[in-house]
Amino acid sequence: MSTSSLVDNSLVAQYALQLGDDALILSQRLSEWCAHSPELEEDVALANLALDLLGQARTLLTYAGTLEGRGRSEDDLAFLRTEREFRNVLLVEQPNGDFAVTIARQLYFATYQYELYTALRESTDAEFAGLAAKAVKEVAYHRDHAVQWTLRLGDGTEESHRRMQEGLDLLWPYTAELFAADSVALALAETGVAVDPRTLRPAWEASIAAVIEAATLTMPGGSWQPRGGRAGEHTEGFGLLVGEMQALHRQFPGAAW
Amino acid sequence: MTAEGSAGTEGAAGVAGAAGAEAAAGAARPGAAPRELQARFEELIAADERVEPRDWMPEAYRKTLVRQIAQHAHSEIIGMQPEGNWITRAPSLRRKAILLAKVQDEAGHGLYLYAAAETLGVDRADLLDALHTGRQKYSSIFNYPTLTWADIGAIGWLVDGAAIINQIPLQRCSYGPYARAMVRICKEESFHQRQGFELLHDLAHGTPEQHAMAQDALDRWWWPSLMMFGPPDAESAHSAQSMAWRIKRHSNDDLRQRFVDISAPQAEALGLTIPDPDLRWNEERGHYDFGEIDWSEFQEVLAGNGPCNRQRVAQRVRAHEDGEWVRQAALAYAAKQEAKLAAKPAANLSENPSETKEVVAA
Amino acid sequence: MSTGLPLWEVFIRSRRGLSHQHVGSVHASDAEMALRNARDLYTRRGEGVSIWVVPAAQVSASSPDEKEPFFDPAADKTYRHPTFYRIPEGVKNL
Repeated sequence: MSTSSLVDNSLVAQYALQLGDDALILSQRLSEWCAHSPELEEDVALANLALDLLGQARTLLTYAGTLEGRGRSEDDLAFLRTEREFRNVLLVEQPNGDFAVTIARQLYFATYQYELYTALRESTDAEFAGLAAKAVKEVAYHRDHAVQWTLRLGDGTEESHRRMQEGLDLLWPYTAELFAADSVALALAETGVAVDPRTLRPAWEASIAAVIEAATLTMPGGSWQPRGGRAGEHTEGFGLLVGEMQALHRQFPGAAW
Repeated sequence: MTAEGSAGTEGAAGVAGAAGAEAAAGAARPGAAPRELQARFEELIAADERVEPRDWMPEAYRKTLVRQIAQHAHSEIIGMQPEGNWITRAPSLRRKAILLAKVQDEAGHGLYLYAAAETLGVDRADLLDALHTGRQKYSSIFNYPTLTWADIGAIGWLVDGAAIINQIPLQRCSYGPYARAMVRICKEESFHQRQGFELLHDLAHGTPEQHAMAQDALDRWWWPSLMMFGPPDAESAHSAQSMAWRIKRHSNDDLRQRFVDISAPQAEALGLTIPDPDLRWNEERGHYDFGEIDWSEFQEVLAGNGPCNRQRVAQRVRAHEDGEWVRQAALAYAAKQEAKLAAKPAANLSENPSETKEVVAA
Repeated sequence: MSTGLPLWEVFIRSRRGLSHQHVGSVHASDAEMALRNARDLYTRRGEGVSIWVVPAAQVSASSPDEKEPFFDPAADKTYRHPTFYRIPEGVKNL
């Protein structure tokens, strides 16, 4: 529960949904790799990432359900919302692509999550602070995994270098949304519950730039900055992801699993 | 302690010597006549001791083990597909986490087993190649499709259940690395079977539609699960020799009977009906009697004509081929790093005295 | 054609106070990746606090053929063990 009675619970619930949906949707994408990875060891590694994220999502969605006070469970929120009601950023819903695209998405997002959870450990909301303290260790590993692969693909063969650069370029535009001045986060940042996303950018960018340079790659650029995930405006492929995730649950209304 | 935690790969030794275990050992010791080596091997087996990677072993023993361990490893990684098919659609987040962790375990078990096989002087890349080209098999059970969510429960309860019955005696298999891998795997498998049983139990006690889904899954998976123990003893090509070598400790039919005896009361607890009109308790034998197995179906699936044979191998091959550029990149990067290290002055090298890499948890 | 990655032997310290024990092997392009693969594969259930990886090709093993000259000579040196010695009854702390 929120420690400050002055804080609007519905706002906190929305923030929990944002972070929870980010983790849930990325976990869903990563689990699509299962039995398709470049190497067996990588099947195990990617599943570990997906499981960590799923754990974070469950904590956050459960918290969101409690705060909104409508009796919705983690499963109600995951399986019974429409795609317009999901609050995740567009980056995490982007298709896996080849291994380089997945690694680029991991690099961008895990580095962001690392900065976010590091700061969120100081949240005045005990639930967020507790989650962040645990999750920051998980995402530190996710970031390391992404960094290791970025180095190897970037400074590996000609083909891997090309693919890694393409992956980074493809997803770069979607990183802007991670640091956008979202109204929910900004309102909660004032009371120390949430982190102002804009403050995370410098450390994130420095970290990304260092990895990209070490990997002999080029920092992407461009002015196109698609966003809308936090407002429930997603990309076309997202409906398919949600449809697949929810199909079975929705076929049996009211059933327990 | 060692035996407990070890998936067992004196892989190093494998690389160094086991490939030509026979030849190397024979050649290295002019005094040791083949007959003497054979006698020492048989003593080990008779004393129920473990054969370890660098020991001399008959070529047929080595080949049998490679074939069996590889087939076992292939089964684990092909087995990821039918279950992986439902990860993205799992009906609750709890079930999703359980299934993902389970399928990940299958990959892990595959890796433990490939590692054990590699102690016999074969290379994982070659074993995978044999899988991809159909020269080596995997368990036929995975050539059946997972059509509904209940199939995930049926696989956990029946397929993993059958696997455990097969695997428990393998923990005492005469070949050390295989036995140790099985110790580790058996520990983890019991989670698999329980989650499958729990999943089916929840369905069987859920809505009528869920119950029907669970029964349908049992109907489809029961007979193929019985076939997992292999052909009847009288027709089993490799059984007798494997038993003599203590690679195998119980006959196919004995293990199958044990599986039926265990499963029948469990099905009752689930409130589901095993699709065998001949299944009944035989007081005299102290076992369940059960109906004839349709071995022609088994032979068909084994011959490549099961519902999913082609699909399973094709997906596996695709994953492997799609990953080729990634593996090459990793190797190229490693070579570049090594070249950089070699180019550094010798003084720097002494700061890195060992090839061993260490990570310490905080 | 398929590329196989090198083999690494994995040793894990299961908790503080214990030595590293051999647990198995992994394939990886280099030591850094081998450490990570070993972490993901062998410590999924909290089995370790520290990991070593060693290139499998770098391990030298004693040969079973040398078993007798290597290990048998130690078998008859019972005087190396404390139980070899007679202590008069009643003598304590020895």
